[in-house]
Amino acid sequence: MSNRFANTKILAFFILRKDRIRILIWIISIVLFTVVIGSMLPNLYSTGTDRQIMAETMKNPAITVMLGPGYGLDNYTDGAMMAHFMLIFTLLAVGIMNILMTIRNTREDEEEGRTEIIRSLPSGFLSPLTAAFFVSAAANTVLALTAGLSLYSLGFESMDFQGSMLYGASIGTAGIFFTSLTALFAQLTPITRSALGYSFGFLILAYIIRGIGDVESELLSLFSPLGLILRTEVYVNNHWWPVLLTLGLSVILAGLAMYLNTIRDLGAGFLQPKSGKAEASRFLSSPLGLALRLQRTAVISWTIGMLVLGLSYGSVLGDLEGFLDSSGLLLQMLPESEVFNLTERFVGMLLTILSILAAIPVLIFILKLKSEENAGRIEQLLAGAVSRTKLIGSYAFIGLAAAPVIQFMSVLGLWASAAFVMEDPLSFNILLKASMAYIPSVWVMAGLMVLAIGYLPRFTGAVWLYLGYAFFIAYLGDMLKLPEWMDYLSPFGHIPQIPLEEFHASKTLLSMLLAFGLTAAGFAGYRNRDIHG
Amino acid sequence: MPVVKIENLIKRFGKFTALNGIDLTVNQGEIYGFIGPNGAGKTTTIRILLGILKATEGKAKVFGMDAWKDAVEIHKKTAYVPGDVSLWPNLTGGEVIDLFVRLRNSNNKKRQEELIERFNLDPSKKCRTYSKGNRQKVALIAAFASDADLYVLDEPTSGLDPLMDSVFQECIKEVKDQGKSVLLSSHILSEVEKLCDKISIIRHGKIIESGTLDELRHLTRSRMVVKTKKPMEALDMIKGVHDLEVRDNIFYFQADTEELDNIMKYIAQFGIVKLESAPPTLEDLFIRHYMGDGGES
Ligand SMILES: Nc1ncnc2c1ncn2[C@@H]1O[C@H](COP(=O)(O)OP(=O)(O)OP(=O)(O)O)[C@@H](O)[C@H]1O
Ligand SMILES: [Mg+2]
Repeated sequence: MSNRFANTKILAFFILRKDRIRILIWIISIVLFTVVIGSMLPNLYSTGTDRQIMAETMKNPAITVMLGPGYGLDNYTDGAMMAHFMLIFTLLAVGIMNILMTIRNTREDEEEGRTEIIRSLPSGFLSPLTAAFFVSAAANTVLALTAGLSLYSLGFESMDFQGSMLYGASIGTAGIFFTSLTALFAQLTPITRSALGYSFGFLILAYIIRGIGDVESELLSLFSPLGLILRTEVYVNNHWWPVLLTLGLSVILAGLAMYLNTIRDLGAGFLQPKSGKAEASRFLSSPLGLALRLQRTAVISWTIGMLVLGLSYGSVLGDLEGFLDSSGLLLQMLPESEVFNLTERFVGMLLTILSILAAIPVLIFILKLKSEENAGRIEQLLAGAVSRTKLIGSYAFIGLAAAPVIQFMSVLGLWASAAFVMEDPLSFNILLKASMAYIPSVWVMAGLMVLAIGYLPRFTGAVWLYLGYAFFIAYLGDMLKLPEWMDYLSPFGHIPQIPLEEFHASKTLLSMLLAFGLTAAGFAGYRNRDIHG
Repeated sequence: MPVVKIENLIKRFGKFTALNGIDLTVNQGEIYGFIGPNGAGKTTTIRILLGILKATEGKAKVFGMDAWKDAVEIHKKTAYVPGDVSLWPNLTGGEVIDLFVRLRNSNNKKRQEELIERFNLDPSKKCRTYSKGNRQKVALIAAFASDADLYVLDEPTSGLDPLMDSVFQECIKEVKDQGKSVLLSSHILSEVEKLCDKISIIRHGKIIESGTLDELRHLTRSRMVVKTKKPMEALDMIKGVHDLEVRDNIFYFQADTEELDNIMKYIAQFGIVKLESAPPTLEDLFIRHYMGDGGES
């Protein structure tokens, strides 16, 4: 029995040593982010009326879809506000952290043949997986404790000890859950990229289901791990059962992953690769054809995914309409014009968010070039009669061309479901125009990624960080009353929110020029650097 | 005009100097062996030749064109097999071969099918399921199916079984018969010995020896096995005799080529019963250079 786990401890320490910087950066960033926002909030809404207006606005179903249900809105304390604003984002960040960490230490090690060497040593066949679980448990526990204690140490009355620790426990538990889930997906498919795709797909799905559930049906939300964790009602009612339930689920998933690990061959999954065609289609005769072929599934899934996201955001707009009609209190507190603008304002915000999310697949499509290089497959392409410009151009083209398609899909989804649920539906033309106005911004992000790949492929992570910043500003910039210049630092911040604001040709043109310049500079860099592997 | 001309090539990775002034010339129709210990700089040289890495200093020309600037033009007539073949896990071998051949703008379906047959590859399997040798076959088939003038092969046979290895050697000979050139880096010295017209030995980023196999042998020693009628004395005192061993009155030693005449005269006095001499294998040469006691080098 114990033979299956032989030398797990050594392996766990090895993973810790190998990934210590990575893990530390994640933990520190998440805690810092939490604490900074946590300490800012109380000063933002200091008067009673401020808070009441805020609480009233937060009942808005569009907000609920994005952030989750607001608890304690009758007495909207700093703690309640903080949890409402921040918990869901932190959960997403922790989810991403754990997915990436777990894939590295499970399927990626296996696909790269490193697990084989480990297994040939006197280590048990469950040891690598178990070691990965231990490391994740340790990292998430440290994260939970540091976040909890730091929040408590801020010393705000409404952020009491129990609530703060529950906040920490909530994110730590979510982390452990996503580790188990990722480990499970890592057993199913022999391909690292697919395992990564399934895990992130699940994370996004969990977010969407929670969004719809929080507005339409409490029960539905419980089926999403993110929805479940939000039911802790941190700083309001402090329920511990969601944490315990999620922990239990994580253990079950982890057990299942271990079981699957024991009944499969090393390097294999449960989805067997089929044989294929002995000859390449005509299509597969250029770098572009190859790049498309490699990303076929990803392109299709993302396109459908964005349609679904649009549909689900749109589905709450009916509730938004009803909410605004019935919210007498808001009408009293705000000037009438502002209230009637609210639908449009939220639609504008939704479109910004959808556009920022649309940048994710665009960046992924371009980033594929880097993973191809890391896998040592670019060398053989360049050894053919293929110019570097053509090579990077193919990936850049897919990314740039995907932007309008994906934008179109999400706005189509938004419009279609909105038309279905709203009494006074939105005009498709206006929505389309508003959404297309963001394409140059997506292109700027794409240009940055091309630039990074062209010069410093090690720093592509910075582009993701920048996108995260844009996302954060778009979501919470207003509510946190962040200064305007912070909004302008995001490529999405300059874009006028149609129909509230006028289309601005010169800004659009400027963004396009910037995107073009970045892309061209990236091409130049790529032509001039060593290709590694 | 030489097919490949490398002059005083220097490549640094940060502070580390991987290549420190390489000179190398491959002429039309030559099969050129490129050997050296691990980490000597073979792959680095080849990658520069293919315009994948950029030279820090010096010249690398293929077909008279600059390896970096004119990479695309050069590659239309160049086929490459990397040392470590990584393929797309979810494409089939057949698809990859087609892709590589098309990227080189050549199209000889018949030859391709013949090669698939000869190398005994199942082209409808996904690359993820191929063994190391089969992955190498994919790259080799794609290379030999292309209509190239220069073949650059970086340890192309490290995973092949002996049967496939002989198919590979046939392919090389066919290519040579068509007057094409090959640059072959390998650790399998018997193969280099059998196939190559010229050889360069690289060590620590420098070429330490090059020439035809005979020329290289000239610098070195032959292995001798001698038996004489009368007991031979003081053989080890003779200039040019090394590593003498005597078993059952048989003398085993190595002889410097330039001293061979004197040594033979000395031995002849004792009446020769048996005399065998073997040219040094490439392995002997190699080991001497690797061990760093190359004397004159
Ligand atoms: N990208 C790089 N960065 C730093 N050093 C490198 C890089 N690529 C190669 N080197 C170093 O350059 C030297 C030459 O490496 P190279 O791969 O050319 O050796 P090789 O002769 O092909 O060896 P082998 O016989 O093992 O294939 C090695 O010391 C290697 O560590
Ligand atoms: Mg090498």
